[in-house]
Amino acid sequence: MPAGVVIIGGGQAGAEAASALRVLGYDAPILLIGDELQPPYQRPPLSKDYLLGKLDAARLPLRAEAYYDKQKIGLLMGQRVITIDPHMKRLRLKSGAVIPYDRLILAVGARNRPLPVKGAERALYLRTRDEADAIREQLGSAQSVAVIGGGFIGLELAAAARKLGKQVTVIEAGPRLMARAVPPLLSNFFFDVHRSEGVEILLGATVEEIEPDAVRLGDGNRRAADLVLAGIGVIPNTELAEDAGLAIAKGIVVDEFLRTADPDIFAIGDCAEYPNIFSRANATSGERVRLESVQNAVDQAKCVARQIVGERAPYRDVPWFWTDQFDIRFQMAGLSSGHDHSVVRGDMESRKFSAFYFKQGRFLAADSVNRFGDHIAVRKLLAAGTQVTPEQAMDESFDLRRAVDATPAGRTP
Amino acid sequence: MPKVTYIAYTGESQTIDVPAGYSVMEGAVRNGIEGIVAECGGACMCATCHVYVDEAFLDRLPPISEEQEEMLNATAAERKPNSRLSCQIPAIPELDGLIVRMPDRQT
Repeated sequence: MPAGVVIIGGGQAGAEAASALRVLGYDAPILLIGDELQPPYQRPPLSKDYLLGKLDAARLPLRAEAYYDKQKIGLLMGQRVITIDPHMKRLRLKSGAVIPYDRLILAVGARNRPLPVKGAERALYLRTRDEADAIREQLGSAQSVAVIGGGFIGLELAAAARKLGKQVTVIEAGPRLMARAVPPLLSNFFFDVHRSEGVEILLGATVEEIEPDAVRLGDGNRRAADLVLAGIGVIPNTELAEDAGLAIAKGIVVDEFLRTADPDIFAIGDCAEYPNIFSRANATSGERVRLESVQNAVDQAKCVARQIVGERAPYRDVPWFWTDQFDIRFQMAGLSSGHDHSVVRGDMESRKFSAFYFKQGRFLAADSVNRFGDHIAVRKLLAAGTQVTPEQAMDESFDLRRAVDATPAGRTP
Repeated sequence: MPKVTYIAYTGESQTIDVPAGYSVMEGAVRNGIEGIVAECGGACMCATCHVYVDEAFLDRLPPISEEQEEMLNATAAERKPNSRLSCQIPAIPELDGLIVRMPDRQT
């Protein structure tokens, strides 16, 4: 009997890999091992509707438990893999159990970067459902909330806390919000949005200590905080792969087929560093990136499932991402890093616009604020490799959708 | 619990009790009904939970939001007048007995 596919990691990438294999007709055993107790669930709502109490816990799981039985997908939840032996093609659990594999998918994700300050144990982080539950519990009685880190998670947490009527301060060490993901135009826009909603934002501010009911800043000032939330980035879980002798850079190193140097071991999702044809941060295309998004997790899972059933097609999906903050739905398509020119389509005042990014005249990416049509059109344009000019992008009478339709089929970026 | 009948492109049909308040997409995905993908988990971001709603129920559906309108233009299969994203259809008592048909592809 074949050992089949073993997937380490019960997040969205791991769950999707298992489902995708079955959809493609893979009929050998599939085993999904996760270190959380719950079967795979959705993480995006944890910082949004779930935190606000608008989404019931029963609705978080990606699939009903009966689904896994029906599809003959083995679930080993609450289990930790401690070693991989690539030569014997087997792995060992903390419990001592040894599990063989034919193909191994590492969907091990990332963990929150801990705050390196005094009193850090008082801060709560958000990645798992258990962590979301802990925040929900304390958020109820908190009056004042300090959020350390002005990235996506920090700002979603700030928006949720503010919606619940809390006094909210965001403390960001850098000079602007979401600096890793968006250019200054959008950082400034979100700064204004949060401020207009009554969130205090401190930029260039460091934290000296988290006290029982306050945060003491580097400049000596304090901000009252019954609850301190931290979102200062993640560390990919690369240790298991590294111990197995696999290459590590910004994440677990894989090729365009999402394969490590071991042809039977793949890495996908938040933990994987791979060449992305849409990345042009420096001179060339196809730079190596590690992305943290649902899109990346799901599309990479499908790509690996296809390799395993014998198709040979590289990972080429358009990166996209979304965040909801107050009445803003912010959607990103493509990778804007490295752009040398940007134009705005629509009206920033009315909070409905898109920013289009170019590098040496070449269209790279667009960020959309409450402009769903632009976002979808851009995803299609990028997938088809269709160029638009800055002049076209700015011109609202230029129909982006028509540009998509006019694309000759089969072109690649 | 409102009953929803899902009819696959191949003609196979399944009827599921969908808990009130859940979306028609959730009813399908949780039970592993093939043909509804929902990569984004119901955030109206991916257009992979596209269904054709039985004509008899069309006037009982909530109005199409601007967001859904745009996403419906991005479905993999042909958009028809009765196309909807199933993540945007709540299982409510008025829709008990709802019938949806899945397209041939979602991506």
